[in-house]
This record gives sequence, structure tokens and C-alpha cells, in this order.
Amino acid sequence: MFNLCYKSLLNRRFIAALTVLSIALSVALIVGVERLRTEARAGFANSASGIDLIIAARGNDVQILMATVFGVGTTGAGISWDSYEMIEDLPQIIWTVPIMMGDNHRGYPVIGTSEQYFDHFRHSGGRQLIFAEGVPFKSPDGAVIGAKVAQAFGYTSGTEIVNAHGSGEVAFDVHDEAPFTVTGVLGHTGTAVDRMVFVSLEGFDALHEEPASEVADPFVLIEAPEVAGEHEDHDHVELDEPDEHEEGHQEHDDRHAHGSGHEDEGQTVTTSDGHDHDGHDHEPGTINAIFAGLEEKTAVLSVQRQLADHRDEALTAVLPNVALLQLWSITSTAETALRLMAGAVAVAGMIGMVVMLSASLDNRRREFAILRSVGATPAGVFSLILLEAVLLLSAGIVLGVIALSALTRVIDPILAANFGLRIGVGLPSFREVLLIAIVFCSGLLASIIPALRVYRMTLSDGLLVRL
Amino acid sequence: MKTVELKSLVFRWPGQPDPVLSVASFDLEAGESVFMKGPSGSGKTTLLSAIAGVIDVPQSAVRVAGTDVGALAGGDRDRFRVDHLGIVFQVFNLLPWLSALENTLLPCRFSARRRNRSGPDPKATATRLLSELGLEDTELINRPASALSVGQQQRVAAARALIGAPEVVLADEPTSALDEEAKDTFVQLLLKECKASGASLLFVSHDRSLEKHFDRSVDLPMLNAGKT
Repeated sequence: MFNLCYKSLLNRRFIAALTVLSIALSVALIVGVERLRTEARAGFANSASGIDLIIAARGNDVQILMATVFGVGTTGAGISWDSYEMIEDLPQIIWTVPIMMGDNHRGYPVIGTSEQYFDHFRHSGGRQLIFAEGVPFKSPDGAVIGAKVAQAFGYTSGTEIVNAHGSGEVAFDVHDEAPFTVTGVLGHTGTAVDRMVFVSLEGFDALHEEPASEVADPFVLIEAPEVAGEHEDHDHVELDEPDEHEEGHQEHDDRHAHGSGHEDEGQTVTTSDGHDHDGHDHEPGTINAIFAGLEEKTAVLSVQRQLADHRDEALTAVLPNVALLQLWSITSTAETALRLMAGAVAVAGMIGMVVMLSASLDNRRREFAILRSVGATPAGVFSLILLEAVLLLSAGIVLGVIALSALTRVIDPILAANFGLRIGVGLPSFREVLLIAIVFCSGLLASIIPALRVYRMTLSDGLLVRL
Repeated sequence: MKTVELKSLVFRWPGQPDPVLSVASFDLEAGESVFMKGPSGSGKTTLLSAIAGVIDVPQSAVRVAGTDVGALAGGDRDRFRVDHLGIVFQVFNLLPWLSALENTLLPCRFSARRRNRSGPDPKATATRLLSELGLEDTELINRPASALSVGQQQRVAAARALIGAPEVVLADEPTSALDEEAKDTFVQLLLKECKASGASLLFVSHDRSLEKHFDRSVDLPMLNAGKT
């Protein structure tokens, strides 16, 4: 029976191949969307492990999480070093790591932080960062780079690198007067860390007077830290115009020759003396965020509330996992749309198969009459059609899975380089198998329609061979 | 021994008042070859369908190889058909994507009885049958049936009807697509092989020129007397 079915399909190989192709496409799409979704979630969850709270200026939880952990976007404003010290001193907090952002190295985000970052950051279910080579930065001009950065540009310990202002890949403003020397390369983590460049707070501040990202909020006091005689003194710069960007640079020097951000030349930049620089060389004026660890994990909510009520500065304490859940709730609409699309393609594939099976029935009446004359029962002919559906579906599923794994092999490095996301090339997960099973069963169910038609047809035709 | 026995067979299509078949009595002896003549529309195909158990016939009206076909359930009739009957149609007897050899072996696929009766090696038996019917070329019989001429296809159909030595061979105008010369050759070959395997042959045709080859001849309109 199988042999008969196979040869009969082979006889219609062109249309059968098209049907298999459409089934393969729908399987690849359904499984691909599912895999992308779960791997994206797993990837994000891996990146955020080990941090109990992320503290930044008042803002959106998801935005803060994305900016600090994944290096995508920016936090709104900066927070003062005073707040950092306040948080550091909270009894519930056992460790804090300051985070400064806003620069990039050839498109890869540059993070200003302390050495403790490498001790406290956890990824992939609690694994610590490992140095593939070298050591953490000890001096202001030292830098630690992620595995992907090292791989992309062939950097090793001792390489001198130059960072650029802003986060775009095309740099208008290269800080070539302040190069860094790579002191260490991190091992591969499969998270956003792979695409980051880490420097010390001092090193980060040495690049310019104020972290670029914070000027997005003009109401924040920007401190211009003194960097060992490199610039003329600035007091505090307060930006008055909410719709203007980066005009702080105007005040400073022409070294920041931005091609954009200077639409309004009549911008007023006033100085205020609200906060005096405390003169401490190793303390930056503002930082973007703080990673914090708690002694008692259960205290996390009370710390969060405490920080929200902090009077000196508007702060937000983000629970990474809660922010991730919020992120999923935002992306779930898009996910649902994608899954619906994939489902619709699958339905189209099934309909294509049913059409193919049904359309051929009239041409095959003779075939069925011959089969009945040599002893095939109507039920046998019925199952012949089902068997054809099984063959088409199986071939489609196998082809789809093969195509998907070939595609992921191609796409995986691209996703990993750009988003720190890895789609496993491995075996299908239980959910994927379940989805494939659903495709298979619904296809089989749909093919009952033509099979029933054949059943009735063979009963009424008997041995009459209509010409 | 009678291989086919019809007794008071009345059959009407559902919803039609007049019976298309009304046969008081007809027998086919073992090894006998009968020419059944009749014009188109005289119920030839329906009669063959009744014998083959493709249409629902009343109980004890049709007996084939001693079995009451009307008493069998649907699936049993299909199995019974392939076990005891070989059938040759007018044209298009073969599955075009199977080779001549595979087409010949089809009954052995569906019937253990036919397989067991086609000797230790059904394939060899099929090859022998085909070569006796004039298809000696082993390259030809392994090609898809669609590559064969109509005459060759009918001979493959005959081989298929004969393999595994069924008691009865039914032929429904198998020569209508053949030219004069091929007709006689085909009928003679078919008769020879039926004799060799001991099968009764019921050959239905409107072509009276073939009548002379058969043991006896039956006029269907006369036989089907009850029909109005």
C-alpha cells in the first residue's frame, strides 16, 4: 500500500513537491517563531540574572532594563554620586556597581563601571563572568572587552582602542585624544555582555565633561567633572530647554563638533551653583544606573519602595525579572501577531494540500476503479488518500525542520553579533515537537475531507470506469 | 462445477422504478468460455458488476465459486472479488505509474490466495504470463505502463486477470479499442491462458465477429428477459 501510494505521488511529483514545499514553509515558520520567542526570552533572562535591583533616575522600568543590561537605548537621566553613596550605605544592600553609558566603540556600547561589575554580574543561570585572557582594568585608561568585540576586531590584551561619543555606529565624534588599552577579554557568555566594552568610571569621564545620554533630560543637573587639567573649569550646567539635545557641549569646547543637535543656536545655557563638585577625582558627577545586590532577597520590595520615596532625587528601582515580565507583556502583542501569521501560513499550507488531494480525485477515478477491481476496499482507498497526506505532511515537516536549522545556522551569528541573542541550532524542544504534531494532526484531519469523497465515489462508481 | 450461478437476479438502481437486470437463470461452468453479446445499454456492465459484487445484489441471487455474493458484507466482497475473479476492462486497465510487471502483480498485493496460487515466485509467474501473452521484452515490462500501446496494455490487463488462477475471468469489451487483427490475437491468447489456468471466461462484447472463438454464446437481451 505504501509503495502504491508513493509511486502514485511520484507520478504527480511536481504538484506534490509544491505541496510539500508549502507545508515545509509553514512548519519552518511556526517552529521558527516559537524558537525565536523562547530563545529571546531565555537570552534576556540569562542576561539579567544575579542582579536584584537596577537603580536609575525615575523612568520606565523596561527602558532602564534594556539600557543597562542589554545596552539598547539609554536611561533617561543620570543620578548623582550622592545617591550612589546613599544606596551603597543602605543596610539591606550588600553590593553596588555603578554603570555609565552613552559611548560606543565602533558600534559596540561602552560601559563605565567599577571592577566589581565582573564579580557580581551573573549570566545563564548564575554563572560568573570569566576572563578569557587578561585582567580587569586597574587604571583609568584600561578597558575590558566582551568576547564578541574581541572577535569582531581581533583585539587582545594590550590593543589600544579609541571610543566614540553616542551610540551610533557612525561616529561624529571620536575621542581619539583619550585612547584605552585593553587589559582583558571576557569569555563568551551568549548575552549582551559579549558586545560591550567596559572601562573605569574615571576613564569614562575622561572622555568628556558629561555623559552624553543624560542630556536627554534637561532638568537634570549635569556635573562637569574635572579631568586633570584637560579642560577649563566648568561649574554646573543646567539646561533649560526641554526640546534640545546635547547643547551642553556647546558650552564646553569645540572638540565636540556634533553634526546634529544644534538646530537652535539661540539656546540659552545657564549655569547654576546648585551642587558643587566635591573635588573627588574618582567620583563621577553623575552615573546612569546602579546594579545592586541585596543581603535578603525578600527585602527587595521594601528597598524598592524606599528608593521610590527618596526625596533628594527621583529614583526608580527596577526588579529585573519584573521588568522582563513587563517587556514580555509589551512584546506579546507582536508575538501573538507573529504566531497568528505563522498559523495562517500553516492553514494555507493545509488547504493547499487538501486542494491538491481533492483536485486530483476526479482524474484518479480510473485508478480507484482499477484498485477496487483488484481487491482494494473503499476503506482501503480511503486510507490510501490518508497515507498520501501522511507522506506529504511528513516530507513537509522534515524539509521544514531541515530548512529551519539551516536558516538558524546562517542567522545565529548575525543575531548574536547584533542583539546578543542566540537561537539554538539544537534539537526541537518539547513545545516545538508539540507544534509540529499539531500541524501534522490538523493536516491529517483536513485530508479526511478528500478521503471521504473518494470513499463515497468508489462506492458509487464501483467498477464503472468513466471516460 | 458451476463457477457462476445466477438465479432470479433482479437489480434496479436506487430511485428507478424499472429493473436494469432481471435474469431468471444463468450458469457458467468451470473452464467454460462464454461470449455474451448485446448492444450498449443492455445492462452488460451492470451484470458484470453484479457478479463482481460491486453493486448490492439480493441474497442468494448470485453465487460465485459457491459463495453467495449478496450475503457478503462490503469489505468481504472486495476481498472475495480479488480472491476469485479476474477483471479486464475496455481500456485504461493499468495504473500508469506502475510498470507492466507491477500492474500484473497487483492482485497478489491485495489477495493472499492469489499470491499463494501464483507459485513460489509470483514475479516469475507474472513474467511467464506476460511473455505467453506476447510481452517477452523484460525491459518493456519494467517500464511504466503508460509507455505501452493500447494492445499491449490490454494484454497486461489479461495477465493481471489471470495471475493466481482465479475461478472466473470477467472481460468487459476488452477488444473495443483494438484493431481487427489485434482483436482476434488478443481473444485467442486470452482463451488459451484461461484454458491453461482452468478459469471460466465471461466475455462481454457487442462484436459478433469474435463469437466463433467461444464455447457458447449468450444473448444478453434474451437472458435479461424480465427487463422492461
